[in-house]
Amino acid sequence: MTELPGSTKKKLGLVIDLDICVGCHACVTSCKGWNTENYGAPLSDMDAYGADPSGTFLNRVHSFEVQPAAGPAQTIHFPKSCLHCEDAPCVTVCPTGASYKRQEDGIVLVNESACIGCGLCAWACPYGARELDQAAGVMKKCTLCIDRIYNDNLPEVDRVPACVRTCPAGARHFGDLGDPDSPVSQLVADRGGMDLMPELGTKPVNKYLPPRPKDRAPAAPLTPIADVQATGIAGWLDRLLEKF
Amino acid sequence: MSYRQPVVETSPPVSDEIRKTTCYMCACRCGINVHMKNGKVAYIEGNRDHPVNKGVLCAKGSSGIMQVTAPSRLRAPMKRVGPRGSGEFQEISWDEALETAASWLKPLRATAPEKLAFFTGRDQSQSFTSWWAQAFGTPNYAAHGGFCSVNMAAGGIYTMGGAFWEFGQPDWDHTKLFILFGVAEDHDSNPIKMGIGKIKSRGAKVIGINPIRSGYNAVADDWYGVTPGADGLLILAIIHELLKAGKIDTRYLAQWTNAPCLVNAEEGPEKGLLLRDPDGKLLVIDRATGQPAPFDRKGVRPDLGATWNGHRTVFQHLAERYLSADYAPETVAARVGITAERIRGLAAEIARVAFDEAIELAQPWTDFRGERHETMPGRPVSFHAMRGISAHSNGFQTARALHVLQILIGSVETPGGFRFKPPYPKPFDAHPKPHSKVTPGAPLDGPHLGYPTGPEHLALKPDGSPARIDKAFSWENPMSAHGLMHMVISNAHAGDPYRIDTLLLYMANMAWNSSMNTRQVIEMLTDTGADGEYVIPRIIYSDAYSSEMVAYADLILPDTTYLERHDCISLLDRPICEADAAADAIRWPVIEPDRDVRGFQSVLLDLGARLGLPGMVAEDGQPKYKDYGDYIVRHERRPGVGPLAGFRGNGESVGRGAPNPDQMKRYIDNGGFFMAHVPHEAAYYKPWNAGYQDWAVGMAFYDKPSPYLFSIWSEPMRRFQLAAEGHGTRQPPDHLRARLMMAMDPLPIWYSPFGDEDAADYPIHALTQRPMAMYHSWGTQNAWLRQIHGRNPLYLPGSIWKEHGFKDGDWARVTSPHGSITVPVALHGGLNENTIWTWNAIGKRKGTWALEPEAPEATKGFLLNHLIHELLPPKGDGLRWANSDPVTGQAAWFDLRVKIERVDPQEQTLPDFPEIKSPVPKAPRNRLWGAEK
Repeated sequence: MTELPGSTKKKLGLVIDLDICVGCHACVTSCKGWNTENYGAPLSDMDAYGADPSGTFLNRVHSFEVQPAAGPAQTIHFPKSCLHCEDAPCVTVCPTGASYKRQEDGIVLVNESACIGCGLCAWACPYGARELDQAAGVMKKCTLCIDRIYNDNLPEVDRVPACVRTCPAGARHFGDLGDPDSPVSQLVADRGGMDLMPELGTKPVNKYLPPRPKDRAPAAPLTPIADVQATGIAGWLDRLLEKF
Repeated sequence: MSYRQPVVETSPPVSDEIRKTTCYMCACRCGINVHMKNGKVAYIEGNRDHPVNKGVLCAKGSSGIMQVTAPSRLRAPMKRVGPRGSGEFQEISWDEALETAASWLKPLRATAPEKLAFFTGRDQSQSFTSWWAQAFGTPNYAAHGGFCSVNMAAGGIYTMGGAFWEFGQPDWDHTKLFILFGVAEDHDSNPIKMGIGKIKSRGAKVIGINPIRSGYNAVADDWYGVTPGADGLLILAIIHELLKAGKIDTRYLAQWTNAPCLVNAEEGPEKGLLLRDPDGKLLVIDRATGQPAPFDRKGVRPDLGATWNGHRTVFQHLAERYLSADYAPETVAARVGITAERIRGLAAEIARVAFDEAIELAQPWTDFRGERHETMPGRPVSFHAMRGISAHSNGFQTARALHVLQILIGSVETPGGFRFKPPYPKPFDAHPKPHSKVTPGAPLDGPHLGYPTGPEHLALKPDGSPARIDKAFSWENPMSAHGLMHMVISNAHAGDPYRIDTLLLYMANMAWNSSMNTRQVIEMLTDTGADGEYVIPRIIYSDAYSSEMVAYADLILPDTTYLERHDCISLLDRPICEADAAADAIRWPVIEPDRDVRGFQSVLLDLGARLGLPGMVAEDGQPKYKDYGDYIVRHERRPGVGPLAGFRGNGESVGRGAPNPDQMKRYIDNGGFFMAHVPHEAAYYKPWNAGYQDWAVGMAFYDKPSPYLFSIWSEPMRRFQLAAEGHGTRQPPDHLRARLMMAMDPLPIWYSPFGDEDAADYPIHALTQRPMAMYHSWGTQNAWLRQIHGRNPLYLPGSIWKEHGFKDGDWARVTSPHGSITVPVALHGGLNENTIWTWNAIGKRKGTWALEPEAPEATKGFLLNHLIHELLPPKGDGLRWANSDPVTGQAAWFDLRVKIERVDPQEQTLPDFPEIKSPVPKAPRNRLWGAEK
């Protein structure tokens, strides 16, 4: 019901490196802090100290266990926020035009003053990337920190999303994925960056860099310099110190 | 244009002001920018200029706003008005609180200062709190290192003059292989994440050796799921392989370690000590002459293989031990839980990177012998470890084994390896010795804690009994450099070695997650004698929050949050240095408390003045220091040397200089920290680098250059072993001789953790670890963090899951030789097959931390502590044997052995404790930022 722009000048998004994400949740709370103070309604926490605390988060880290055919199980930490899809079903489903995709940079936003809190967009999003704030009654989602990335009041180096700035492992990268020469596009090309659930045809802008292969076969054993059983320590010592 | 979209304000004002201070959401001590709006904290981010975190900030730090606004914050001093444990308190004035404390402590100081036991937990002001305790005159002071990671610290100091974390770091810029043995993720937090991210991004490899594959181990390229407590055996098997193949750095060993020193072979009181010349200098055999020479003579070429008059080198002793088939991979594989093939492969990988991928920096330097080197060669293999290997009863020797491994490949203080952070390196004999001589009405005879080099430094009374309540520096654990906080309540309750009057605790949740054997500790805190009085008569506690411990104290001195206080992260204590810079930092009140609370250090100064303690009273009888901030600036430990190294004197002096009244302001203006860079020629080889030694003297780390050799062979340990063999006048009790002879071996050994004794019926190892997003108990009250870690199932490996037929949603009863818990379980495939684990200290007692009693932390959360006793099972000899490392006394948390049985889903974890009446008002139901402003 809401139109997508035909194309966007840029495709701003995140590239998330699953090889080095240690699952520390820094991006989760840094995002929560910034977006509680900034764009739109603050992110509430219901039953904050009770039996079933439930707060609004624009970014969450999920952990999955993977059992390869051989070798021990592996844990993948998987941060997930809005992927700013090119064919964003959350936008087209919006009955009021509150959800929209920006023409200049491709960021998907919610215009909270037009949002009626119907929740259709959250149903439509296959990634579960939107959360209805229980206190404000409006839909919340990742803004790519639109109030940071162009903000003249911030030093230039800080004009990145809060999650990117804070990530201790450096697992989060921000840039224009529409520009094949941008560092993020290069990173995607070098490391085989992937779309999340490409079969859905949403064409997410955000990309994930897959974990590198783990649990290599053991290296060949070292070659003894002497047969200690036969030569004793003295023979071993002679061989060792010869080269010294 | 047909497409219409709203106009968004993309350049809103960010904040009114940024105040830069130091985080305290864990032990990592990152720099933070606190954004202020309308006088309130609006947002916290990392400080890009800060040496520790360089702009990044973890989940805890980024949630600081929920810590400083937590409803669990204590509001005013309180005195207990109900029985201990009831939570019945009455708020009182600070004057009443301080007069009460002074009235309790004054008579103790005049007659028996040792009857005050003062122990601190997550204290970052130990140079101050220890100074206060010394002035009071009690020998009973320590911080929490004894139940944390003293094995790692002491193992490193005795071996090489420093350990991991606060003492040093991997050379992240050059390392090609980083090997992580079991770790606590806040020791340290962000630097490890930054380092792992940095090296993996450039293709370097990370190897995780840990029974649990989570966190850092989840991103490791290779994972070795070692059996808990067997790390030392694995390390010695790697050493076996490296030695056999000659893949060790003989040049490094000959020049920089005591490997070429001669071990006295003559029977008698000197046997096993190293030969020295008449000036007391270690002797080596010079390859040029074949004759003995002092180790530091210019041009000396120490011979690793020498034998002189029957005395063999340390190196020969080492080779003889570790080349033994006892350490062959196939011998140890089953016990270690890793196949011989993989152990050999790991050794080969270490050797390949250390020797085939060696690096060399074009940086000339001069060593302490006066020899100039044109380059700095390096072995780019680095290691890190913390509690995972050290919280075992064999942890000290395991930590030493790991340090010896690093030394054998020549990677310590060389490019790509492990690098010390100033003021380290600092050898064991440059540290203070323990002091425990009590004089009523006077200060202690010296600092409490230190590094004994032989039996003469033990803290014993004339009758040979322990001088300290925790029995630190006694024959039970001679090298207990951080004390044994975990034994204080148990010993005080037992009157072993003696009774105390007042227990003063700071930031230590001893009635809950910081104690082993929590239930019985609670009973000890509330136990009364025949006279109806508490066995531990008085307890004073300072905490900022409504922790479990609060209910068990008689007097509460409420502390501030970290944004409301002064602190110094001092070079006198545990600074925030990086390998390339000495650095220290402050906290300052970026907001004022909205409660009647005071920083504990300021309170101690006030109390000290009321007690007339030396150094705390001015000549006119008034308190010498207005508050802790005043102390930080004006106090001098030695002339010209104070808590902060930067901006001294006229503001330009570094390290040494008169107190500068503007110093605090200069720190604030500088972002809350000070940094002095290590000169380039001093960047590596620091223990032997003349350039570094001279710089360190200028920085006041030492008063003269103090180069030294790494101690592969530990003479202090051998001195204790000699005593156990019957040499010397200070003799251990007979029941400890055999254990001392075994545990104080001067070369690293491995022995089964004490927890393995009589554990045949308890086949499973049980561990805890801290989540990166939660600083154990502290994080629970944080409304954001508890949504991330509000539950802590017991994680089981597939083998145990299948064997017992567990299904999702099941619970289990877990039983140790000491106790039993009933808890929810979950499957975790990435585990050692005999290991189960859970997150540390998510479980909370009902009524604490301003949580609802129905909170999952109190109904589904739990502690493993209930399964762990502070004592070993009785041996029938009537003695109380601590469940601790026999060298350092470190709490052996991870020796725990259990058995498990499936039970149906439950509503409440067991044991369940009665609800405590909350000393703080009920928390608001929701946190709604707009409505709260």
